[in-house]
Amino acid sequence: MAELASTLPATPPRFFPKSLTPWLLSAPGAIFFLMLLGMPLLMTLVLSFNNFDYAEGIIATFSLANYMEVVQDDYFHEIFFRTYVISIAVVVLCIAIGVPEAYILSRMRSPWRSLFLVVTLTPLLISVVVRTLGWVLLIGGNGLLGKTLEGLGIADASAGNLMYTHTGIILALVHVLVPFMVISVWAALQKLDPSVEHAALSLGASHTTVFRRVVVPQIMPGILSGSLIVFALAASAFATPAILGGRRIKVAATAAYDEYLNTMNWPLGASIAVILLIANVVVVMSYNRMMERRFRRTLG
Amino acid sequence: MQNNGKLALCFHTLFVIFLMAPLVVVMLVAFTPNGYISYPTDGFSLRWFRAILENRSFVQAFWNSLYLGIGAASVSAVLAVPAALAIARYQFRGREALVSLFLSPLMIPHVVLGVAFLSFFSRIGVYGSFYALVAAHVIIIMPYTMRLVMASVFGMDRRVEQAALSLGASQWTVFRRVTMPIILPGVAGGWILAFTTSFDELSMTIFVASPSTATLPVQMYNHIAHTIDPLITSVSTVLIVLTALLVLILDRIYGLDKVLIGKG
Repeated sequence: MAELASTLPATPPRFFPKSLTPWLLSAPGAIFFLMLLGMPLLMTLVLSFNNFDYAEGIIATFSLANYMEVVQDDYFHEIFFRTYVISIAVVVLCIAIGVPEAYILSRMRSPWRSLFLVVTLTPLLISVVVRTLGWVLLIGGNGLLGKTLEGLGIADASAGNLMYTHTGIILALVHVLVPFMVISVWAALQKLDPSVEHAALSLGASHTTVFRRVVVPQIMPGILSGSLIVFALAASAFATPAILGGRRIKVAATAAYDEYLNTMNWPLGASIAVILLIANVVVVMSYNRMMERRFRRTLG
Repeated sequence: MQNNGKLALCFHTLFVIFLMAPLVVVMLVAFTPNGYISYPTDGFSLRWFRAILENRSFVQAFWNSLYLGIGAASVSAVLAVPAALAIARYQFRGREALVSLFLSPLMIPHVVLGVAFLSFFSRIGVYGSFYALVAAHVIIIMPYTMRLVMASVFGMDRRVEQAALSLGASQWTVFRRVTMPIILPGVAGGWILAFTTSFDELSMTIFVASPSTATLPVQMYNHIAHTIDPLITSVSTVLIVLTALLVLILDRIYGLDKVLIGKG
């Protein structure tokens, strides 16, 4: 999203100097967004400062009680800690799997390359619920993984039961999010000049050395932006942790859901949501800063 | 173009298996003749596909999702085309801010949008209504529509429009007969991408859908939370096949790599 904003041409040619036209053209969308995005977010922020009582419901006051509860309660510490540990693990695995795969894809011959690119991207458009259901069938109590492990004599069938475990959630999230990493790295690879690789090879470097010392440094921005997308989506994922973790392994998104729809403590749920949002925005912003600095350094 | 080594192809094969395994497993179980989760080792059966049609709530949820997707994608296209034209063609104050505003839903976790819409809609008394759902989905899918429409507006050759203007066509005629046909693939691609995103959305919708406006993903999630049976796998299989068909269409009219990766 930040990349797009920075690629706008600095001064587009003027059709009619100083006309009202651009305002009129963008007004419907802008008003729609300010009303239907601005208002609800503002209301949530206000709600997070309200109090809640099981007998009286929401009490309209201004207090930091909800935030204090989230900050001080070990229960919420555990939930947020878990959310970010899972997200970091997912990012690391997505890099380990997605970067080599994007490189392999880019080196494929013509018909295969577009075929496997479509194979990699199509799951992105298939519902997360369906993809997570697939993982339930694979790693569930009587799943294929357990049966395979037992059949091969590697381990007991119960070793393949990863339902309600961190491993299961991480595995399924990597599956859901790895296409984003492949996309980012793929886009960065397209800008590479193949003659640099040829030069390294002709000077006697091995394929592994070329990948490590020539290719990876050049596609670093792609890896970073992929990591950012994967991290942000993993930290706010709902369906996968909800289905594979249930009530036993709660993350921030499922905790907010429970406060809203089960406990009905909306102010507390709102404060969890606000923290989740701020954390997301901070990660995105600091990433943009970092990229700007990198960019400036390479130019200077 | 060099070939990949053996090790690379091995890695690639494992990657494709990892990506496809969950989907293949779901589709296999859907054809089981048994009443429980099992692989169709003793014959294929379509009984679980027939069972979908007898299940009122899944059929209702499917239509809800379809109308919702069509409605939200169309509204987002109608809002995105003029806004993209303004952003691409004019220099005005707040232009950058406008781009950030339209792309901002990408930065907000869907669960956060869900709780925000839940309190907002119940406050103004439209909670659970279909039109409230459409409005919420327009916000979520707008970045996708906007991106594709903007890319095609930036990419078009302005001289064609200038030629039409100089030959005496009115502004509106130029838009209708010249601009629109040229950017149509981008708009259509954006529409389909927006539609699939809306059709599959769960994390936000689960907060704002009432039982009568529950979408297919919401209905499926509630079903899975309750029980996992072959019925849910046959519903998923239908969804996988429909999505694959849409992807095929999207690939034909715009190019899937261009839609999802940007200028490749």
